[in-house]
Amino acid sequence: MQSRGSNRWHFLGSQILVCVGCAGAAFASAGPGFSPTNIFAPASTPAKSIFGLSLFVLAVTGAIFLVVFTLLLYSVVKFRKQKNDDGLEPPQVYGSNQVELAWTVIPVLIVVALFMATARVIASVQKNVLPDNAIEVVAIGHQFWWEYRYPTLGVVTANELHVPVSDDQSSPTFIRLFSADTDHSFWIPRLAGKTDLIPNHPNSMWIDPHEAGIYLGQCAQYCGTQHAKMLLRVYVQPRADFDRWIQEQRQPAAVSAASQGQRIFETTACINCHTVAGTVAHGHFGPDLTHLMSRDTIAAGAAQNTPENLRQWILNPDTIKPGSLMPAMQLSGQDLDALTAYLETLR
Amino acid sequence: MATESIAWPSTAAGSRSFVETLHEWVTTVDHKRLGILYIVYALFFLVIGGIEATVIRIQLIRPHNDFVSPEVFNRLFTMHGTTMIFFVVMPVLFGFANYLIPLMIGARDMAFPRLNAFSFWMTAFGGLFLYFSLVGANGLYGAGNAPDVGWFAYAPLTSQTFSLGHSTDFWTLALLVSGFGSIGTAINIVATVVCMRCPGMTLAKMPLFAWLNLVMAGLVILAVSPLTAAQLMLLIDRYLGGHFFDTQAGGSAVIWMHFFWIFGHPEVYVLVLPAFAFASEIIPVFSRKPIFGYPVMVGATVAIGFISMSVWAHHMFTVGMGSAANTFFVISTMAIAVPTGIKIFNWLATMWGGKIDLKTPMLFCIAFLFQFLIAGLTGVMLSAAPFNWQLGNSYFVVAHFHYVIVGGIMFTLFGAFYYWFPKMSGKMYSETLGKLHFWLFVIGFHLTFDFMHIPGILGMPRRIYTYEPGRGWDTWNLIVTIGVFFQAAGILVFLGNLIWSYFRGKLAGNDPWDAWTLEWSANSPPPAYNFALIPTVQSRRPLWDLKHPDDPDWKYE
Repeated sequence: MQSRGSNRWHFLGSQILVCVGCAGAAFASAGPGFSPTNIFAPASTPAKSIFGLSLFVLAVTGAIFLVVFTLLLYSVVKFRKQKNDDGLEPPQVYGSNQVELAWTVIPVLIVVALFMATARVIASVQKNVLPDNAIEVVAIGHQFWWEYRYPTLGVVTANELHVPVSDDQSSPTFIRLFSADTDHSFWIPRLAGKTDLIPNHPNSMWIDPHEAGIYLGQCAQYCGTQHAKMLLRVYVQPRADFDRWIQEQRQPAAVSAASQGQRIFETTACINCHTVAGTVAHGHFGPDLTHLMSRDTIAAGAAQNTPENLRQWILNPDTIKPGSLMPAMQLSGQDLDALTAYLETLR
Repeated sequence: MATESIAWPSTAAGSRSFVETLHEWVTTVDHKRLGILYIVYALFFLVIGGIEATVIRIQLIRPHNDFVSPEVFNRLFTMHGTTMIFFVVMPVLFGFANYLIPLMIGARDMAFPRLNAFSFWMTAFGGLFLYFSLVGANGLYGAGNAPDVGWFAYAPLTSQTFSLGHSTDFWTLALLVSGFGSIGTAINIVATVVCMRCPGMTLAKMPLFAWLNLVMAGLVILAVSPLTAAQLMLLIDRYLGGHFFDTQAGGSAVIWMHFFWIFGHPEVYVLVLPAFAFASEIIPVFSRKPIFGYPVMVGATVAIGFISMSVWAHHMFTVGMGSAANTFFVISTMAIAVPTGIKIFNWLATMWGGKIDLKTPMLFCIAFLFQFLIAGLTGVMLSAAPFNWQLGNSYFVVAHFHYVIVGGIMFTLFGAFYYWFPKMSGKMYSETLGKLHFWLFVIGFHLTFDFMHIPGILGMPRRIYTYEPGRGWDTWNLIVTIGVFFQAAGILVFLGNLIWSYFRGKLAGNDPWDAWTLEWSANSPPPAYNFALIPTVQSRRPLWDLKHPDDPDWKYE
């Protein structure tokens, strides 16, 4: 009887261990294939340091869980009132100072260990020393899109951030974070933890992605109606590709002979909000459109950048992103076609 | 002991008209009636807040769903959070404290009965006022809307620039008014526990329930005051040209965060300490043993009270506070895990070696221990600031605090409902329906909140009305939503059980659980004066002494 019971406990315990282990391994090994925004598939030093710490924290809390859960399960099963109960009260125990001391001191030691590990990672990720060869980016959060400026490289763009792969020659990207209106938060789970963009409260963070690719994320601080479709896309490119992209972005708009679409753009409200470098359009409220067609998406990632979507977006932005601050432009079908055609020349 | 009753004029009258009854309830200053008013009021708002949660979850059942618009979704999560915290959990806990504290400490009423009534009606007005925004917020022409700034209403989203109309004002004023009610009740609880204990009941012989509520009330006074100040500052910003939080005129959005969370984190303990209070009464009675380590339990409670005032900025790890501040709030937050852990161990030790009777109240308390353990451990994960930079503001956090509030607080609260229902109504609830409620709710809770952690780990932020496909979030969100319907069914069984048992239940008698605290010596339901004779106690378990004169507690304490 005794041995059968203990076997059962042993079996149950190993089952639980296997479950916890499987869950952890699944998240870690499935990596980005499981989800492009998996925090357990890090691809940059800050995210990797956090991942290391989180494994330690998970192991410690997992162990505590197993011990306490086993105690709870054991006492519920073992000390259940029996069917043939004699009706007498069990021995009345009021406490024990030794036991209390034990379960005070042990948790204190665990807390000290967790704290030391945590403090080390805080210090390493929050160091704000800018290496000489760092890429500097200014990210400005707007309702409900992202503005990116490269002050030392003379580039302004929106919604799709391009950074070089970090290796020996080219080092981390430092991002200074500002907000033009409400609070936002910059979160690319595979590259780093999130940092908020708060008006009147400049912040900064850094990433050093080691592999080329597109990394996804989205605004992580509620910022108004369209918080949900304020998506983030980071294009990590080999250094040569990044340099080429910078060269292209620095050019003014390649506008050929003035088109009907350009005339519409420059004589309607479009230019109040949008800039097209090299033309009269100098608005700053909305995204810079100088190289609109070099981007894969429009409306902060809410739709693919196709002529049909672009046309629909100008006609009625609410059908793609209800609550967006871009107004419906009330243009005729003919004007809409011409305007879309003009935008498609902004490469 | 005060088991005999005295004829009382108002209860002796036979049938009264509806208006007379209503008048009695509206003008009452009796702590028991006010307690029941608080509880019924909270149950009403529980149903409303629950419907809001259900609509939220239906919207999130699949990516790019369009069950509700983003505007409606933002109002729903704002109203759900505000309602559940301020108009469900706080009132229901105040209700139980009001009803039980005088009975447990052998008093005939709270220290300030009129303040008690005033506080209830302030809170009640606050909740109704919040919902009046649905018709009134854009002016009174029927095109109203509810607040949509989130339950922590971060600046500058609340400024006139970003929040047009009056919806934010309804939120501000509702919390301001109900805040006065909360502070009034808190002062009343402190005064009652300190001044109204019966002869023989020293602080060290007081039931843990009274201790936990005393610390809770102290926290309410300390925590709700900064919230009230912040609401006044926000009103000044919005209407009198102030710039406290107006970032466009040099104000600080971060100051609002500090004001809100210096309220917001102690508030978590305001909610959870009464839950601990329920567990500390129910677990001993259904294990047939006294609470293990009473002095340590009291010490841990007071320690939690103090430490909880120094952890607020762990809600702000992503705000960019600098590594020194982040490190401080890591250690203070991790430190609070120690007294909380001590409590869990003491409850376990209380059950150890006992004869555990798995009636509905105890089932809810055991589930509470299990779930609160997990909630505490995910809390430790979130307290490690770098881990928080990933998990903060994601669905992992949403899962974590629902584990605390539903898995911890709501579960003990259901336990408390079943445990004290016989005392409050005089009738016994249906054990079958109680167990059905328990299992439906356990299944629903775990389907919803276990699986909700996963999309957070996979990068899903909170407060989004819809999400992109292809992020690996779809299946989890579907499971989470399915769980909601089990919980809703559980709540319906629960309400049905209360109503059915109130009218059709068997008579419960004064002491159906063979319990040990003074409320079980009064009649069920207790008369207006509670005790014909004010009792005198010699130990923490006066009814144990009475039932075991050969082996009383006071010999050992």
